[in-house]
Amino acid sequence: MLLEELNAMADKEKAARKQIRIRCCMSAGCMSSQSAEIKQALDKAVADRQLGEQVEVVRVGCMGLCGQGPLVSIDPQGVLYEQVTPENAGSIVDALAGGTAYAQQGDPKNPFFTRQLAVVSRNGGRIDPERIEAYIEAGGYGALHHVLHELTPAQVVDAITKSGLRGRGGAGFPTGLKWATVAKSKGDRKYVICNGDEGDPGAFMDRSVLESDPHAVIEGMAIAGYAVGASHGYLYVRAEYPLAISRLQIAIRQAKQHGLLGEGLFESTFNFNVEIRIGAGAFVCGEETALMASIEGRRGQPRPRPPFPAESGLWGCPTLINNVETFANIVPIISQGAEWYAGLGTEKSKGTKVFALTGKIRNNGLIEVPMGITIREIVEDLGGGAPDGTQIKAVQTGGPSGGCIPAKLFDTPVDYDSLMKVGSIMGSGGMVVMDDSTNMVDVARFYMQFCMEESCGKCIPCRAGTVQMYNLLTKILDRKATLKDLESLEELCDMVKHTSLCGLGQTAPNPVISTLRYFRNEYLALLQPEPGEENASHNGHITESATTR
Amino acid sequence: MHIKAVKPPLPSQDKRWKIIDAKMRKLGYQSHALIETLHAVQESFGFLEEDALRWVAKSLRVPPSKVYGVATFYNFFTLKPQGAHTCVVCLGTACYVKASGHILEAIEKFAQIKPGETTPDNQLSLLTVRCIGACGIAPAVVFDGNVSGRLTSENAIEKLKGYIHAS
Repeated sequence: MLLEELNAMADKEKAARKQIRIRCCMSAGCMSSQSAEIKQALDKAVADRQLGEQVEVVRVGCMGLCGQGPLVSIDPQGVLYEQVTPENAGSIVDALAGGTAYAQQGDPKNPFFTRQLAVVSRNGGRIDPERIEAYIEAGGYGALHHVLHELTPAQVVDAITKSGLRGRGGAGFPTGLKWATVAKSKGDRKYVICNGDEGDPGAFMDRSVLESDPHAVIEGMAIAGYAVGASHGYLYVRAEYPLAISRLQIAIRQAKQHGLLGEGLFESTFNFNVEIRIGAGAFVCGEETALMASIEGRRGQPRPRPPFPAESGLWGCPTLINNVETFANIVPIISQGAEWYAGLGTEKSKGTKVFALTGKIRNNGLIEVPMGITIREIVEDLGGGAPDGTQIKAVQTGGPSGGCIPAKLFDTPVDYDSLMKVGSIMGSGGMVVMDDSTNMVDVARFYMQFCMEESCGKCIPCRAGTVQMYNLLTKILDRKATLKDLESLEELCDMVKHTSLCGLGQTAPNPVISTLRYFRNEYLALLQPEPGEENASHNGHITESATTR
Repeated sequence: MHIKAVKPPLPSQDKRWKIIDAKMRKLGYQSHALIETLHAVQESFGFLEEDALRWVAKSLRVPPSKVYGVATFYNFFTLKPQGAHTCVVCLGTACYVKASGHILEAIEKFAQIKPGETTPDNQLSLLTVRCIGACGIAPAVVFDGNVSGRLTSENAIEKLKGYIHAS
């Protein structure tokens, strides 16, 4: 492939574009509410009304407002339809000619859309993820060409460092530093791994990126490969995401056909290939050393670091491992410049972050916002607040490794360090809103059960500690625990946090610690007096606890 | 001394073994093909049969203990045959705060089985999953591979009945 051919493809795609585009969301969320049938109905309606000359129906990726799906949007009118059904899809086409659309009309001026800043999700809901031509028309693979012909690998690493990008998997390690370490490591063979094992319950940003814009991730990986000197990449995706896997397979096949993956990309000496590895349902495989064990065909158990994967990773070779969203940020940084990217966000957290905003909130879906926005803005402006007059109590970020942030701290800006300060973490981007009907002790137990079941069993603090903490939380919820049990729980939290081998165990106590910090009263209300103190107390639960003991 | 590895014969005439063999061939019969191969076995047969595990172990020259270790480590793999229909209840956080627990209870009561079990007539297997990423339409249940969202206990049972009676 030459640059001229790439441009010719983009021009051809542009020329073939029709006046009116009906974009139909075909991501996993909308697909589950018949969006495939809706697209068929739209196609048929266009054909029946002989509008094929001016109107086209396009399959696109996620538009974000998943809670109101299936979504259909019309260009250039900028009309948005929500909760479309195959039955009322035809009327949407009628409305183009002045008829009445029976589908519910959404508001594209809703802050949910206008407050967003699309960097990673720039192509989401706009291009057909199963056609490489659509990606190329949107400027795709231009950054890869630029890098291969205009920049040295060191300059690429430098650009990523200058951009200030930090790992989007949750921990926020500076991406440039990681790339530089792998680039410096000696070895004939190096690997690039994309971590798509999005295991946090309540998070689906990476699924959406992979389903909506698979080529952006592949191009980001290829640029990384050039920068660190790797010619082979693995995309590790969880088996629970069949649509993401199939779109990636299509994307890889198309990229190979057009010479955008394989030998001598863009007539350079750089070779790059990508293979998909499908996860098999183990949360711990999101941890980098466990993920590599899984790619090697073994049980996904982590190992102590150092050596870090950057020095000794997959099959002992230097390995660069980044999250899906991190790779999706690479192309915009290269094409729009590191300075531009560094201008977004806060001083220490640059760029944007994609969040999956779910739970007890009006606007459920995927949002991309600049770092530094406050939780209040996300929940109240973008999210539209609580549905039906309930009271929002807390927001949980970071999944089982994160914590609950109470409503009184909603003015906390969303960046790596501020979230850490209030006892949570940025995490991969799950943001679950909880209202006053949610029992926080039960939430803590929910996450502890998760960690207990997902513990790989290699180190004792995590394997045994999570079980003990789960049992203590159950005892508290059953109103059988005393203050002593709560003390044991806190002691265990500290022990498991500081002595576990990997991130899973080290962060497993976080939901307990943060709920104890902000919602201690909910724990105390469930506690029973010590056996000896029963008579002295007038607690109403005494008889219950005495009989069940 | 060079010992030539002998490739074990296919366990039977069943064509599905050829599909699995092709998968292993594509990955050069390397030991790291194990998980990919087990995926192929489960996709073809619905579960991981003991004979299949032995055959995969021989073909990839991996000790059977390791194959068993991998097969039992990952939640996605099952060593038990599944019923004619599967119902997978998502227990992710978004589904959890929207009461997926009640949906699971209702289905347990309706089918008289617990998660991980199959009804005695082999019609239905009930499973749970830790998050399918359909959080925007929580609570979600996967019936025979099709995701349904925004469910209540009542319409989840209705949908389930629909799937069971469809065949």
